[in-house]
Amino acid sequence: MTLLQVRNLTLEFDTDEGRVKAVDDVSFELAPGEVMGLVGESGSGKSVTAKALMQLNPSNAVYGEGSRITLMLDDGPVDVLSLSGSRELQVVRGGAVSMIFQEPMASFAPAITIGEQMVEQLQLHRNMTKDQARDLSIEMLARVGISDAPKRFEQFAFELSGGMRQRAMIAMALSTKPKLLIADEPTTALDVTIQAQVIDLMKDLVAEFGMGIIFITHDLGVIAQTADTVAVMYLGRLIEHGPVREVIRNPAHPYTQGLLNALPNLEDLDAPLTPVPGDIPSPLERPPGCVFHTRCPVATDGRCDTAVPAMTEITGEHIAACFALEDRRLAS
Amino acid sequence: MSETPIVSVRDLGVHYPIGGGFLRPKAFVRAVEDIDLDIPRGAFFGLVGESGSGKTTLGRAMLKATPITHGHIRFDDGEVAYDLATISKAELKDYRKRAQLIFQDPYAALSPRMTVRDIIAEPLEVMKLTKTRQETDERVREIAAKCRLNLEHLRRFPHAFSGGQRQRISIARALVSNPRFVVADESVAALDVSIQADVLNLLRSLQRELGLTFLFISHDLSVVAHVCDHVAVMYLGRLVESAPTRQLFAAPRHPYTKVLLSAIPSLDPDHRDKAQKLSGEIPSPTNPPPGCKFHTRCPHAIEICKTEEPGLEEPAPEHMVKCHRWRELFQETVAA
Repeated sequence: MTLLQVRNLTLEFDTDEGRVKAVDDVSFELAPGEVMGLVGESGSGKSVTAKALMQLNPSNAVYGEGSRITLMLDDGPVDVLSLSGSRELQVVRGGAVSMIFQEPMASFAPAITIGEQMVEQLQLHRNMTKDQARDLSIEMLARVGISDAPKRFEQFAFELSGGMRQRAMIAMALSTKPKLLIADEPTTALDVTIQAQVIDLMKDLVAEFGMGIIFITHDLGVIAQTADTVAVMYLGRLIEHGPVREVIRNPAHPYTQGLLNALPNLEDLDAPLTPVPGDIPSPLERPPGCVFHTRCPVATDGRCDTAVPAMTEITGEHIAACFALEDRRLAS
Repeated sequence: MSETPIVSVRDLGVHYPIGGGFLRPKAFVRAVEDIDLDIPRGAFFGLVGESGSGKTTLGRAMLKATPITHGHIRFDDGEVAYDLATISKAELKDYRKRAQLIFQDPYAALSPRMTVRDIIAEPLEVMKLTKTRQETDERVREIAAKCRLNLEHLRRFPHAFSGGQRQRISIARALVSNPRFVVADESVAALDVSIQADVLNLLRSLQRELGLTFLFISHDLSVVAHVCDHVAVMYLGRLVESAPTRQLFAAPRHPYTKVLLSAIPSLDPDHRDKAQKLSGEIPSPTNPPPGCKFHTRCPHAIEICKTEEPGLEEPAPEHMVKCHRWRELFQETVAA
């Protein structure tokens, strides 16, 4: 069973400096109840990919010819990229799909109470009366661990602490009962003790509501703690995808290996921190061939800088795009 | 460690007025209170805590970038010695050369209208440390090379650089006056992991090569564990524990330190749900709880914690802790 199918998603932005490719031929699937971690550094295209699922990218976004995003809902599949106009888009924006952002202060309207904002979306998406919406909102606020929910319901976003705001954001995103939740760096702005609380909360909610989650983060520790599968992006391309244990224990792509080596490891304080050599190229100067070849320790001239490697199967569901892996597979 | 510490903090308090009106502050936030701390010469000293713990304020006080309400901060680099609480204007001018700050956000810290050469040279010119342009250029080139920036880089403007390169420029600017003591406030927090490792390695090698002392302020304990040789933990303006890194990570004494350590998300997917969870959030510093500041969230709090603030104790050499119950709690862990 699939909940979401992304096929050959390519996305460019029209800018003054020319067309910038942000997402390049990305395909993946998500099952209901699956938590997929989407990892990558700044500029890797992870947020843009997630926003495409709700058509939230700015109007200068140009989707490639064969790009296809299909959402399987109870009344049949929805072709997300063919939706147009705010009425049609309601299906994915706040209806079947909800999103939690990194900075909850920027996501709540500052001059409207938390409660009013929660009620408004419930009236819109679930045809509730004001009273029903109010009861459900307060129940959801209490459900995410906000004490004194009826009082918080009447308050403004600035009156809440950072962790509390993020909880309120989660309560609001889940009250419409979405099939798919996109969480874009939901714990990055939080302190570690609060981050641990929010991660716990999200795990509980997945178990209870059973929606699919795309969890965007640059923190592989958070991924290891929450995700079932991991997709790694670099400069707009999906370079590795697989079950979380596989990817973290046996990373196949040289970039994923580099990312893991660069991380401080608490189990071994003597291990040196090894940076990935070089800097991420500007999206305006995307390297030809494999996008990672300019920083790759195993890149071969005449091949990695000219041709784009296809996804190779490592084991079962674990795939990665690298010529060195293709060679190894052919040799064995 | 018979040498005098480079920075020695005693009974430090930094209070900020809040509310009230002109000339008539209604109340004070005790952003930092009751701090005793020694930073040995040549140390890479970590300062950790959550937002609102006062770690940035403490760092700023050590740079005399914020008024000191009470207490003393003695600076002694072997050449000069001052008390920052009573430092004179002339001495402060000299101190600015000796103590420097590296900021968090390399995008905000560099003027977009200046070339990298001018950015790095500015402290030399402002402090009149060099006499001729040639001398300035030489010094800029020397420090730039140490931060792995080449001549070509010096001619360009900051916008042409990536986050990691920009942070290297900020480091060069901070080190150009040849300081002895450097405060790095969340200096790698805004960087991607692959670049973060590179900047951390650079800071460490510069510290060894130039014999610098670093105060490394961070919320990221795994980073601190890797680069610092000594770590101090703050909570709500108070120092709760301080120890050599390995000892702190192997045998933390304060309940708050234990929680902080277990809250770091483990990279092992089979290690889920092992974290010790802390309920609630850090109380507001405008209205801190009485007694031990941590008692409202502490799983081991008893009556005395609610009324009496614990004093500083030394469970092991160089290891300081402020907790009424550290002894019995530690024995329990050892027994378990």
